[in-house]
Amino acid sequence: MGLTANTRSLIDKAGLYRGGRLGKLSTRALLYVVLTASSILMIVPFVWMLSTSLKPDYQIFEFPPSWIPRELNWGNYVDAWQKARFSRYALNTAVYAVFSTLGQVTLCSMAGYSFARLRFPGQNALFVLVLATMMIPFQMLLIPLFVILKRWPLAGGNNIFGSGGTGLIDTLVGLTLPNTISAFGIFLIRQFSLTLPGELADAARMDGCSEATIFWRIMMPLMKPALTTLAIFAFQDSWNDFTWPLVITMTEKTRTLQLGLQTFQNQFFTEWGLLMAGTTITVFPLVVLFIIGQRYFVQGIALTGTKG
Amino acid sequence: MAAVQPSAVRTLRPSAVPARRALGPVARDQRRTGILFVIVPMALFLVFSVIPMGFACYLSFTDFKFTRAPIWTGLENFSYLATDKVFRTALRNTALYALGVVPTGMVLSLFVALLLNQKIRGIVIFRTAYYLPVVTSTVASAVVWMWMFATDVGILNAGLEMVGLPPQRWLMDTRLALPSVMFMSVWKSLGYSMIIYLAALQGIPGHLYEAAEIDGASSWHKFWSITLPLLKATTFFIFVTSVISSFQVFGSVFVMTQGGPGYATTTIVHQIYLNAFKYLRMGYGAAEALVLFAIIFILSMINWFFLRSDVEYW
Repeated sequence: MGLTANTRSLIDKAGLYRGGRLGKLSTRALLYVVLTASSILMIVPFVWMLSTSLKPDYQIFEFPPSWIPRELNWGNYVDAWQKARFSRYALNTAVYAVFSTLGQVTLCSMAGYSFARLRFPGQNALFVLVLATMMIPFQMLLIPLFVILKRWPLAGGNNIFGSGGTGLIDTLVGLTLPNTISAFGIFLIRQFSLTLPGELADAARMDGCSEATIFWRIMMPLMKPALTTLAIFAFQDSWNDFTWPLVITMTEKTRTLQLGLQTFQNQFFTEWGLLMAGTTITVFPLVVLFIIGQRYFVQGIALTGTKG
Repeated sequence: MAAVQPSAVRTLRPSAVPARRALGPVARDQRRTGILFVIVPMALFLVFSVIPMGFACYLSFTDFKFTRAPIWTGLENFSYLATDKVFRTALRNTALYALGVVPTGMVLSLFVALLLNQKIRGIVIFRTAYYLPVVTSTVASAVVWMWMFATDVGILNAGLEMVGLPPQRWLMDTRLALPSVMFMSVWKSLGYSMIIYLAALQGIPGHLYEAAEIDGASSWHKFWSITLPLLKATTFFIFVTSVISSFQVFGSVFVMTQGGPGYATTTIVHQIYLNAFKYLRMGYGAAEALVLFAIIFILSMINWFFLRSDVEYW
């Protein structure tokens, strides 16, 4: 390649070199064949979902099945939206996802930053506590969280001692509130904050800026990559969440899309066209978000998976 | 949920706090702002994590029917757990699930990552194809796979018929139900491990391979003596986190099979859910949750302990 060993190793260090190379043409062709075949296998369920969602009923139950709908039938989408109150579910899901994300971005950035860059008494102990909670499986908290939200004082007809009513059960506040904070988020922001330039903060201090101003005006803009990663994770997790909404919501008025799909499946068991249309509606926003924010999804995984 | 990383603990004290001295205005401001910034997050933690954790432990020693106050019963829940056939089945199913899903997923994701680590065109398109199931919710995936597994009109049976094999009852067959759910899980989580492997592969310095090439090593030899050893930490990380998430499997089972047929696919978390929120035996559900916590805690500890001494290779 005309590169000296030294140049090559410099390229390696800069991370520009990407793994091995397969030289021979036939091996390369094989590589593409295997990759293409396996990625087609990966997306078959999505294609099948889309195809079913656009088929009229009579075509759905044809055997052997065909991949391409004979006519594009959007009726399933209209029906799904109306029959299962999908607009209500979508709104609830959006509220849950947006407020969880806002909460996590705000609260985790403040806490993570102050654990990394500010000095206050008890901070190490508190941070260890945060780390320790990362080891608790969420399923363990389901029962106590349910009880705590049921007994939330002065909510849902409860008196000051938290009895008499339903508390925050089956409310969007009850659904969202426990999800506005995440140990993982604090950890992520703290690790990122450690890499922020300290000289910048010192210079601002010389100029008489308060710590809050430094955080807000200087550090927040620099934390954008970490904040975006966290926001994407928080949004994805709450949009796709199933277990917590299953436990805490009881009625149509608070149900989310994921639960909507579930009830849908019981109510209209044989209406696969509707169900696939509903599923497509549920999946669509995240697929779009993923295509836009690819870089951050991958970056987020790399951050959580290997480096920490 | 990501496991605790060892580096976090190592860097716990970025700069030691100086000995007690009169605080300057900057230190005072830092102290005030620091406390202000953590007070709300920590209060939420207390209410939604720390207190519930203690409460869960307490409940596991009680008979709690939810409608009335918990009654302390000591170890009764746990002694009942030891004889509970359904819970034992759930434990066995969960272990089988992990035993099947984890190695299969790891081998496949490493294979795909190795392929994608070549210099190829359209890597983003391939990566997207493998990663899409990761972005999709468990429920949506489960619903789509139910449709593919459908006995009379499902695409899988259509495929079997095309190659002349008899149709299967998949999710309704006692022997096939759990493997079917496992198959869906492998498909769903493949992309996640693949990305982690890919990141690790791209971190391996190329000169190691070149040195091996000069020595005349075959690609197979390079894989065994360079790639695989250098991926040890990553492999271990993926192994432990996949086992942990396997032990938490719930959504797919709940949607696809409701734990059936019979008890063929019921899992630990499924049993926790049923006992706590369907039969309202919350104390017993809490005891089951404590068992789950113990398993996951041990796994996290192993992960933490091994990764701590095992990060740097070159």
